Amino acid sequence: MARYFGRKLLIYALTFFVAVTINWLIPRFMPGDPVRAMVARAGLQTPEGVAAMREYYSSLFGFDVPVWQQYLNFWGGILRGDLGVSLLAFPEPVTSLILGAVPLTLGLLIPAILLSWWAGNKFGAYAARKKVLDNAVLPVWYVLTATPYMWLAILMAWALGKVAGLFPVGRPYSASLVPEWSWLFITDLVSHWFLPFLSLFLVAFGGWAIGMRNMVIYELEADYAHYLSSLGAPPKLVRRYAFRNALLPQITGLALQLGVIVGGAVVTEIVFDYRGLGYLVLEAIKATDFFLLQGIFLFIVIGVLLANFVIDIVYVLVDPRTRAGMGGDR
Amino acid sequence: MTAPEPVSGESGPEVAAVPGVATVRGTGVRREALYFAVRNRKLVGGLAVVVVFLLAGLVGPLLVGDPLAYVGPPAAAPSGEYPLGTTTFGQDVLAQLLHGLRATFLVGTVAALIAGVIGMLVGFTGGYRGGLVDEVLNMITNIVLVLPVLAVLMIIAAYLQVRDVLVQAVIIGLFSWPWVARAIRAQTFSLRAREFVDLARLSGMPVRRIVFREIAPNMASYLFMVFILLFGGSVLFAATLDFIGLGPTDGISLGLMLNHAKQWSAMNLGMWWWFVPPGLAITAIVGAMYVMNVGLDEVFNPKLRET
Amino acid sequence: MSLAVEDLRVYYRTLRGDVRALDGVTFSLADHEIMGLVGESGCGKTTLGKSLVRLDGRMRHVGGTVTLDGRELPIGEDARMNEFRFAEVSVVPQYAMSAMNPTRRIGRMVRELVGSRGIPFASVRSELDRRLALVGLDAEVLERYPIELSGGMKQRMVMVISTLLNPSLLVADEVTSALDVSTQRAVATALAGFRDRDLVRSMIVISHDLSLVYQIADTVTVMYAGRLAEKGPTEVIVERPRHPYTQLLISALPEVGVRYGGKRLAGIPGSPPSLRPPPPGCRFRARCPLAYGKCAEQPPFAEIEPGHAVACWRAS
Repeated sequence: MARYFGRKLLIYALTFFVAVTINWLIPRFMPGDPVRAMVARAGLQTPEGVAAMREYYSSLFGFDVPVWQQYLNFWGGILRGDLGVSLLAFPEPVTSLILGAVPLTLGLLIPAILLSWWAGNKFGAYAARKKVLDNAVLPVWYVLTATPYMWLAILMAWALGKVAGLFPVGRPYSASLVPEWSWLFITDLVSHWFLPFLSLFLVAFGGWAIGMRNMVIYELEADYAHYLSSLGAPPKLVRRYAFRNALLPQITGLALQLGVIVGGAVVTEIVFDYRGLGYLVLEAIKATDFFLLQGIFLFIVIGVLLANFVIDIVYVLVDPRTRAGMGGDR
Repeated sequence: MTAPEPVSGESGPEVAAVPGVATVRGTGVRREALYFAVRNRKLVGGLAVVVVFLLAGLVGPLLVGDPLAYVGPPAAAPSGEYPLGTTTFGQDVLAQLLHGLRATFLVGTVAALIAGVIGMLVGFTGGYRGGLVDEVLNMITNIVLVLPVLAVLMIIAAYLQVRDVLVQAVIIGLFSWPWVARAIRAQTFSLRAREFVDLARLSGMPVRRIVFREIAPNMASYLFMVFILLFGGSVLFAATLDFIGLGPTDGISLGLMLNHAKQWSAMNLGMWWWFVPPGLAITAIVGAMYVMNVGLDEVFNPKLRET
Repeated sequence: MSLAVEDLRVYYRTLRGDVRALDGVTFSLADHEIMGLVGESGCGKTTLGKSLVRLDGRMRHVGGTVTLDGRELPIGEDARMNEFRFAEVSVVPQYAMSAMNPTRRIGRMVRELVGSRGIPFASVRSELDRRLALVGLDAEVLERYPIELSGGMKQRMVMVISTLLNPSLLVADEVTSALDVSTQRAVATALAGFRDRDLVRSMIVISHDLSLVYQIADTVTVMYAGRLAEKGPTEVIVERPRHPYTQLLISALPEVGVRYGGKRLAGIPGSPPSLRPPPPGCRFRARCPLAYGKCAEQPPFAEIEPGHAVACWRAS
């Protein structure tokens, strides 16, 4: 088991290393000149102003020292938690902007991921039992999983928000309110949260349900299922075993899908003007605020790696084969 | 955006142990697969939807004008002259949709081919060679697998000042291959142990030939399904990038249409004809492909056939 | 007589028509009898085994009856069969290596299985321990997961589970083919031991390993292309086979009875006919060295001496 975790941790450490290196490499080796792009955006008229700006940005990127030192400095900054200064909200540090946005994103993501996974597994297993139901819902699930997150979000915002007027659209809470522990504020927060949550939930749900259905059908054809049936075990017991065993690959699937769901959250937030990380992404892109964008990238990578590690631990807890008498070779 | 993997990793129809049925190979299998293929409603239906959109994307752009030109009255609802209405700026939504379809198929195909080839090379090599080569390749695969692809694409795309559909397809392809490599590696491992591969090895065939002449054909049906899943995933990735403002800097795509619609408040203005068609087209194409895949899985894997 | 099978017909449904995997099979099994069932792969022996316990999805019971201890088994009706399974008819499957749920401790799985049949686990617990000891397993294996057991241990564990309720009939399908030679013998001995201690009334041992069958079976039944070719006492079948197919099978073996574990039936030129549908007349005709005109007519499966039946015109 120690070997299992050791290996996983090594992969995560290497992944983080690769991510940081990508982050460092891209501004330096991409065609085009990011500094010029940013200076151009500032719209300065005088050559002196442009020159000063250039110098300022160059030192921000750390272009004024040898390449190897730039790289080490970059790591130094990251380890100190210093991701540079946002140009969009100058002179706010990137880290504090991101930390301000993260809670909203997590408030959207965590319930959407966990509930869609749970519900998808339940419904998927249920559909695998009934041919009629299966034929009816499977196409719906395929449509859901093929839907771009932002499109479902747009449809919901338009149909349920604008046309039906059931939910407010835009911002995490009404502009007239200030955050406080009051009934009014909390209901307002929840009503703004619901639609983005629902659209994230639905798209992810389709994928989980399909995955579970397929896995259960596969497990029901496994040898242990046939053996139990041959000994007259009722279908209920066989299905219970099949469901539990089918959950294991779904847990692995959860880890693999994290990045995609985070992407879904980004675009969903953009649709709803929900001021989380996704909204910051859009703002950063619009303002060519590369520091902010890179900071968000690193945050997403770290978040996904942490979540992966949590999932690894859960997996070991639920799959006896990773624990039972083996050094962790899987 | 979840790519549902094929139910079975089985390659080649294993004619299951039905007594008295001699194992058929070669042409028999192919003819049988064709027999089931044309009778599979999911496969035929999905294919029909995809073909309709593909034709629209291939032929349509020839019949309409410049998708970005300001041709009509602004914000007009669908009418005889503009069947899908116009944008806030008077651009023809139908023209944008048809050009966008072309971009969608281009991105999907190119990205899927790139990711498929990388995934196959890495998977076959690791699975066949084993040992240290496999260790290293597997490590790389695992690293790219946990990297959140969209975030990486976001960074790369942001720094590219000129982006076109092909560049987008290439970067998507470069980061979408790990699950393919994993799946193919696992299958190669199991195929490698089979007799016919042993036979080839004993007769002194070089590794490359064994992989491409003996192993790959046995996985052909599986590779085809992999391609479809990669296509669907890439189309969704591209649409997401376009939507957050990292789409092609010239030209139009379905994701970019959604981006514009959102940016110019089409929702608030009730201009549904602006944002419904592009999303619907993506959903229909990707959904039809996934359904096709289920059909293919049933065709190639006799166990799943409904009797 | 514990088991009587009368004109049993079980077909596989395929899109190109029915495969007549069992096409009129008649035999009976006495109390305490261990019957070896042999034949080439695809001859229908596994289908016969499954038919007595649980038809798989594509099999269809077309005709004939199976009577166990005077009661007819509803083999075509999955739900009604449940009452008989485990307690009356049981199986040690081909796939014993993967027959146990990999994510349950074995003891818990047995408890849940037994409980699901309405039998309190406590009432069989002591017997379970006794049986484990009988096959040389420590009671501690119940606390383990299947993956922690060796192949031979898994095989013996499955045998203990399958026979826990003292079934009247046990079908053991290729129980030793996944094991190495020395383990094979231990497992075969354990099987015979179950019968000797009266834990299992009678047994059908399906195998394509004639030497295993020779070792433990009282009688041997030879199948060919969905029908029985010959049935008789083991000694008789091995020493004086009457059906040409049996004769070829036996002569293909170097020396039966001398420990030739793992020697497979092979070496008869030609291959069995398609069963979709089968050709008229004797099914072995095309490969038979003794075939003559009469063989265009299907020979009956008739007794030529007490306890020895053959389906061949040349034998009668």
